Amino acid sequence: MQASDRFNINSQLEHLQAKYVGTGHADLNRFEWAVNIQRDSYASYVGHYPVLAYFAIAENESIGRERYNFMQKMLLPCGLPPEREDD
Amino acid sequence: MDPEIAKTQEERKKMEEELASLNSLTFDRDLYGGGDRDGYVTSIAVNDEDEANDAMDNEVVRKMASYTAPRSLLKEMPSGGDEDDNSLGFQKPAKIIDREDEYRRRRLQRVISPERHDAFAAGEKTPDPSVRTYAEVMREEALKREKEETMRAIAKKKKEEEEAAKEGGGAAAAAPVPKRRNRWDQSQDDGGAAAKKTKTQSDWDLPDATPGIGRWDATPTPGRMGDATPSLARRNRWDETPTPGRLADSDATPAGGATPGATPAGTTWDATPKGLATPTPKKQRSRWDETPATMGSATPMAGATPAAAYTPGVTPVGGVELATPTPGAINLRGPMTPEQYNLLRWEKDIEDRNRPLTDEELDAMFPQEGYKILEPPASYVPIRTPARKLLATPTPLGTPLYSIPEENRGQQFDVPKEAPGGLPFMKPEDYQYFGALLNEDNEEELSPEEQKERKIMKLLLKVKNGTPPQRKTALRQLTDKAREFGAGPLFNRILPLLMQPTLEDQERHLLVKVIDRVLYKLDELVRPYVHKILVVIEPLLIDEDYYARVEGREIISNLSKAAGLATMIAAMRPDIDNIDEYVRNTTARAFSVVASALGIPALLPFLKAVCQSKKSWQARHTGIKIVQQIAILIGCAVLPHLRSLVEIIEHGLNDENQKVRTITALSLAALAEASAPYGIESFDSVLKPLWKGIRSHRGKVLAAFLKAIGFIIPLMDAIYASYYTKEVMIILIREFQSPDEEMKKIVLKVVKQCVSTEGVEAAYIRSDILPEFFRNFWVRRMALDRRNYRQLVETTVEIANKVGVADIVGRIVEDLKDESEPYRRMVMETIEKVVTNLGASDIDARLEELLIDGILYAFQEQTSDDANVMLNGFGAVVNALGQRVKPYLPQICGTIKWRLNNKSAKVRQQAADLISRIAVVMKQCGEEQLMGHLGVVLYEYLGEEYPEVLGSILGALKAIVNVIGMTKMTPPIKDLLPRLTPILKNRHEKVQENCIDLVGRIADRGAEFVPAREWMRICFELLEMLKAHKKGIRRATVNTFGYIAKAIGPQDVLATLLNNLKVQERQNRVCTTVAIAIVAETCSPFTVLPALMNEYRVPELNVQNGVLKSLSFLFEYIGEMGKDYIYAVTPLLEDALMDRDLVHRQTAASAVKHMALGVAGLGCEDALVHLMNYVWPNIFETSPHVINAVTEAIEGMRVALGAAVVLNYCLQGLFHPARKVREVYWKIYNSLYIGAQDALVAAYPILEDEQSNTYSRPELMMFI
Repeated sequence: MQASDRFNINSQLEHLQAKYVGTGHADLNRFEWAVNIQRDSYASYVGHYPVLAYFAIAENESIGRERYNFMQKMLLPCGLPPEREDD
Repeated sequence: MDPEIAKTQEERKKMEEELASLNSLTFDRDLYGGGDRDGYVTSIAVNDEDEANDAMDNEVVRKMASYTAPRSLLKEMPSGGDEDDNSLGFQKPAKIIDREDEYRRRRLQRVISPERHDAFAAGEKTPDPSVRTYAEVMREEALKREKEETMRAIAKKKKEEEEAAKEGGGAAAAAPVPKRRNRWDQSQDDGGAAAKKTKTQSDWDLPDATPGIGRWDATPTPGRMGDATPSLARRNRWDETPTPGRLADSDATPAGGATPGATPAGTTWDATPKGLATPTPKKQRSRWDETPATMGSATPMAGATPAAAYTPGVTPVGGVELATPTPGAINLRGPMTPEQYNLLRWEKDIEDRNRPLTDEELDAMFPQEGYKILEPPASYVPIRTPARKLLATPTPLGTPLYSIPEENRGQQFDVPKEAPGGLPFMKPEDYQYFGALLNEDNEEELSPEEQKERKIMKLLLKVKNGTPPQRKTALRQLTDKAREFGAGPLFNRILPLLMQPTLEDQERHLLVKVIDRVLYKLDELVRPYVHKILVVIEPLLIDEDYYARVEGREIISNLSKAAGLATMIAAMRPDIDNIDEYVRNTTARAFSVVASALGIPALLPFLKAVCQSKKSWQARHTGIKIVQQIAILIGCAVLPHLRSLVEIIEHGLNDENQKVRTITALSLAALAEASAPYGIESFDSVLKPLWKGIRSHRGKVLAAFLKAIGFIIPLMDAIYASYYTKEVMIILIREFQSPDEEMKKIVLKVVKQCVSTEGVEAAYIRSDILPEFFRNFWVRRMALDRRNYRQLVETTVEIANKVGVADIVGRIVEDLKDESEPYRRMVMETIEKVVTNLGASDIDARLEELLIDGILYAFQEQTSDDANVMLNGFGAVVNALGQRVKPYLPQICGTIKWRLNNKSAKVRQQAADLISRIAVVMKQCGEEQLMGHLGVVLYEYLGEEYPEVLGSILGALKAIVNVIGMTKMTPPIKDLLPRLTPILKNRHEKVQENCIDLVGRIADRGAEFVPAREWMRICFELLEMLKAHKKGIRRATVNTFGYIAKAIGPQDVLATLLNNLKVQERQNRVCTTVAIAIVAETCSPFTVLPALMNEYRVPELNVQNGVLKSLSFLFEYIGEMGKDYIYAVTPLLEDALMDRDLVHRQTAASAVKHMALGVAGLGCEDALVHLMNYVWPNIFETSPHVINAVTEAIEGMRVALGAAVVLNYCLQGLFHPARKVREVYWKIYNSLYIGAQDALVAAYPILEDEQSNTYSRPELMMFI
């Protein structure tokens, strides 16, 4: 990186992005990315009422129950993190 | 000469005393700002140049510190260095001390106190006797106070005795006048005091010295000034009139002034007797004929008694080895250099000539008869300062012959020694702090403690004087190792540096930063050092520099968070009733910061106790002042605690001490101001004492009470406000006549505040306030002082808001013809503001006539150039009157015409400006003919040579053209425009701006009046204007291109512009591309695009880039319209995005971005995907502009194509084996994610489950 690059907006971009939950980086593994995807999905389901209603009909559950379930699933959407291979 | 001066001085003194006794107003520092009148020089200097009181402050003297020469020679030294530097733009870093006033400089008198006992750390243990505990500090303070009181009592008693003696008559004649401080009576007084005080000789025996901070407990900080009491520092210049007998005064010695360590001249002989005048009558040597001591007689140097080191010199004195070597000192040290030798010889020579005359010589000189040898007065005690004796220049006996000097290679010349180990440069004044670093001791031999010290010093020096990288690493090391170094060693090194008198702003900032960082790390370890730190940081709170104040606040607030409330209170409590007002003032401010850091509730009990202190009024005063400072500092955040704060201070209104009453009222004012418009109920309890107080008080206390009332009334409900206003108004009206300026300002302000509240009726104001108000305030004198002027105008405008225009304007309109110009200006400004606020419908025919008459008079009679008060006033009145000015317009225009022809440029400019202000009104009045006439006149003046005036004339023409339109304009547009073309060449900004505006206006509205050829000519001129510095001009130019292109068709203009792409200058090209885009926008893109795309075939970098840039701007401007052209330009962009040149790709990418954003949702996805495929490979570019453009193009695609498409591009690289690739892809993914998180949910890839982890999203598979 050149000296002039050090202070421009591009160098800060990554830092800026890192402030948002759910953004990724080069060392993200499959599990972490999948967790983000799952949480985003559940959040999206809960946020769009028609989608929620659709799932409710398909699963034969009340909409409130569906919403509750989705929110609960956001806690550990993919289960426990896998053991790291290196340690 | 001398007796005469003395006589006048005596008279004046007497007069002043009389005045002081007549006038009950004595000024309070709290109320009237920090100015200490004692510090003022009461008489004008006898010599032309003001001798610097402080030898170290005098630049030349300081620079030449190592040279000695007679003063006359020193004065001849060219001292132009500074001005030259400044005029060349090399500004020297400013020393803080140079811009400080006398009051602020008192910070240097404070003592960095030894560390204190930390009760928290010690727990239950009995404190070590060596550390100071809170109790000890309090005892010391009490002792100090007691001493002060005793001293005061003594002084009082003495005064009484003197008065008694005076009354005694005969005896008084013999006694010397006490005020005249010459050394005769000085020593007498000394003798007297000594007799009374069992021979204790210390500085506060001086007759009129206010005892400063006691010295016995002073930790001698190197840079610290002596406790010069103001009365001592004040220098009575009359005293130094060279009377024959005093010629040999140490003041007049050549070396005395030039020696760096010398006590400032002003204090030497007033103060010498102190402490040093132990009479040792060994050799009766008269003081007059003292040898002009070469060694700056009072310089504390080797061998000086400890007392001498604290002579009230303001000069900071260093240790012996630090002072720049003066010959005498050198002599003591060892072999001399030839220069020194010469110097000595020369000194010896001078001394020979100036040696005291012996009796024989005197006999030979004077006739035997007619002279009598007088006995010295009995009370005369010659000074025999041991220090001086010791330091008297040991001159070589006899006239020295030349001897070959020994060569000494280790000799330090004036060149600073190279600092070892890559340390930064050391300034001479740094030696006393960092000198140890220069000794190249072997580090291993040092004890661990010493090593640590050395390390700290090195780091600090790097922070203070180093280069930015050095500084940064040093700061980091200091922070990281703070706990390892320990609080003691760190602060013992840092704090003295901050007290260094030669500190510069930047250095202080850096050191303060160090403290801040270190504080954070040390946390509770700072407790013993809290007071030390406060002594150094508190002065920042009253610094005139805003940022310094903020820094100071930050440090103190961090400090209080680190040390805790209890420690802070324990550290600051003793200072609350310090005898020095400065200390109390800064402590109050510091306390307010503590309150804002730790919360007001925590501090309330303490404040309550302090404000009710029975022991000293100072404590109460400071406590109440803390409340004031809290209100000022935290503003409306006082509201929750308002009632308790008011309760804490309310009793102060009835305090026995006047100062306490004043500060209480001021604090209430601050609280009311901070809490406005809420919280009146909290002030209920103080209303009665306040309103009672204004009846019983006079002078500054009354002023403070009025101020408080002024801030409280606006909080009240209408009824109460009206009632209380009437109550206070009687007093206010009485005080209208007060001669005191401060009182005037406060009264004006209070009137403004009262009048603006709801409940006060117009009728009441009209009948009760107005007559007196105008009689007392609307006088010429008020216009002379800037602050009075402003306050009066504001108040009058506020009154006018209540009582209407006619009343106010009717009263002052006659004054527009007053003979004093500043007064006329004040009247005009008031009328302008009133009329702008309220309009002119109230003004009747008679008043209108008077007004116009007065305004015309004032406008014509103005002589001073500053400000546009008259012009604005004229414009405001004419615009407010509207059609009613019709009858006066001929007269006004006559004036304008006459003034347009004036010799003075300023007058011409104003006349032209006036036209542009009243053009609209003239049109309303239907005076088109008159305007046409003015147009012609202005047209004739287009040859004006002053650019400022020319700009105004163009502005006036523009105003007229705007109002009467192109067709009716005289001179006709076809004549006017050709005259403007050459003016476009003018480089003056004002001319350019007005001219381009006018031309643009004509191009917009009346292009058909001018032949196309003329417009083409203007196009060429406009190209030059694209280079203008001012953005407004460039924008106007670009717009004008659009108008012209519209008027004469785009082809010719475009040709000009495209040719301009070939020029070298970048800014010119950029502006041209913008102009092309504008032309395309105004004349539809299809008229421009073919030619533009054709231009891309020119094999020249600049041209191609210009074309691309134009395309980028073009698509930005045309937005949705782009969908018709996107397929046409795609091949061109394809080519550009594959070009080898980076700039091509960058500009093409930004064109793609604008294009994509413009056509989003319009069904051009096929073309966009195609372009996206060309853009995508550029994501690995590293050049910042290129990558920026590419990222933005992809963002544009996200909007136009949807996030899913872009995500699919991304997925290929998110888990690429190469980290570099992954990084880039994740960056793109992240911006995609932030931009369209929700939209991605549907597009994420399907992940397979792994052993225990579920990655699949079964919900999405559901289907009904």
